[in-house]
Amino acid sequence: MIEISHVNKWYSPTFQVLTDCTTSVTKGEVVVVCGPSGSGKSTLIKCVNALEPFQSGDISVDGTKVNDPKTNLPKLRSRVGMVFQHFELFPHLKIIDNLCLAQQKVLGRSHDKAETKGMQLLERVGLKEHAQKFPAQLSGGQQQRVAIARALAMDPIVMLFDEPTSALDPEMVSEVLDVMVDLAREGMTMMVVTHEMGFARKVANRVIFMDRGEIVEDAPKDDFFGKPRSDRAQKFLSKILSH
Amino acid sequence: MLSNFDFDVIRRALPYLFYEGMTFTLTLTALAALGGLIFGTALALMRLSGYKLLGRIAGLYVDFMRSLPLVLVIFWFYFLVPYIGQWVTGASRPISVGAFASSLITFIMFEAAYFSEIMRAGIQSISRGQPAAASALGLTYAQSMRYVVLPQAFRNMLPVLITQTIVLFQDTSLVYVLSITDFLGAASKVAQRDGRLVEMYLFAAVVYFTISCIASFGVRRLQARIAIIR
Repeated sequence: MIEISHVNKWYSPTFQVLTDCTTSVTKGEVVVVCGPSGSGKSTLIKCVNALEPFQSGDISVDGTKVNDPKTNLPKLRSRVGMVFQHFELFPHLKIIDNLCLAQQKVLGRSHDKAETKGMQLLERVGLKEHAQKFPAQLSGGQQQRVAIARALAMDPIVMLFDEPTSALDPEMVSEVLDVMVDLAREGMTMMVVTHEMGFARKVANRVIFMDRGEIVEDAPKDDFFGKPRSDRAQKFLSKILSH
Repeated sequence: MLSNFDFDVIRRALPYLFYEGMTFTLTLTALAALGGLIFGTALALMRLSGYKLLGRIAGLYVDFMRSLPLVLVIFWFYFLVPYIGQWVTGASRPISVGAFASSLITFIMFEAAYFSEIMRAGIQSISRGQPAAASALGLTYAQSMRYVVLPQAFRNMLPVLITQTIVLFQDTSLVYVLSITDFLGAASKVAQRDGRLVEMYLFAAVVYFTISCIASFGVRRLQARIAIIR
């Protein structure tokens, strides 16, 4: 579903953020990307839907090359759901309109159809009664669940999560993870940048560990948690699992 | 002082003050604001565009305009433009532009510099995550501007744009250097003719104050109504 091969990205000639990254996500797979901050994991996931450009290598999603200038990026992105660290709901639109906007403007659905779909998804994330509110009237956890619903409204073939719980208060993390776990169990293809190792243990098929712009480890979940091969991954795990 | 205050002077001058003076002032304000908005939007887009040269030109223009006193520009423009016109068209005599056209062009050029900065700030105040989220949903650049960025930017900048227009309304009185009969110019003429300086200048002050105050109050009401809940 997602093929990433030999991707390199520089912010400036001397500052390389991604070095020869190669991995893939197959249909129905849940891949968790972890690593210390500044390791390039967010940058990598943003390269997948071309929100970040990269200088060399190839990424393709469902057979479409992301870095081909001829690719219709808006069309490709409409099939790739993305959830951001800071939710990025549109603050001037009601919750339901946040869900309807792209359905109508990008997919050309009628308002009624978009609204029906939007309400179904809000019900699914448990926020149906908040449809007429504005984003700022919701808690962080609720906003992030709306953001997930907004991405799902586009019927994506794959979902990208960029640290979906790191901006949340601790007590709101689980409500967002629950939605994501359900999604994973329904067979959604997911690439998730997160530090939530509990989530990784529960639903991930594979775990990718990144450090300083490189993919250091790319292993099935049980291997990763059982016996990480690299020192750096071991150190990272001991740090975040010791508490 | 107030014992021989003559209200009748004001009453008699009212038609002249408002039909001639205020009409001119409001026309100039409206046209200058409109022109400034159009020209200012172009400048703001130039500065925000990825093209360095365009941005640089717009930036220089804005800095230049903001570094000069308005009254000087009005004066300078009025006396210089006929000669520039002569030079451009190769005519044998300076081209007469007329006080109104000259002052209008000056105000448009001057206000555009301020409006463009307000608009630039308004658009930049939207966090970069917003257009990113819009793109991630598949919206094109134009759609993300139209449905996501500009509606928020517009709410942020509308009160400041109107406040700047209120300042413009007061600044139009500077056309007195060209002996134009705007509201203040009309009041001044009556004052000189009848020797009633206190009455006329006080009255002019009250009128400017009242209009600006009501407009400011309106802006605050508007701000409360269109604000995004945060």
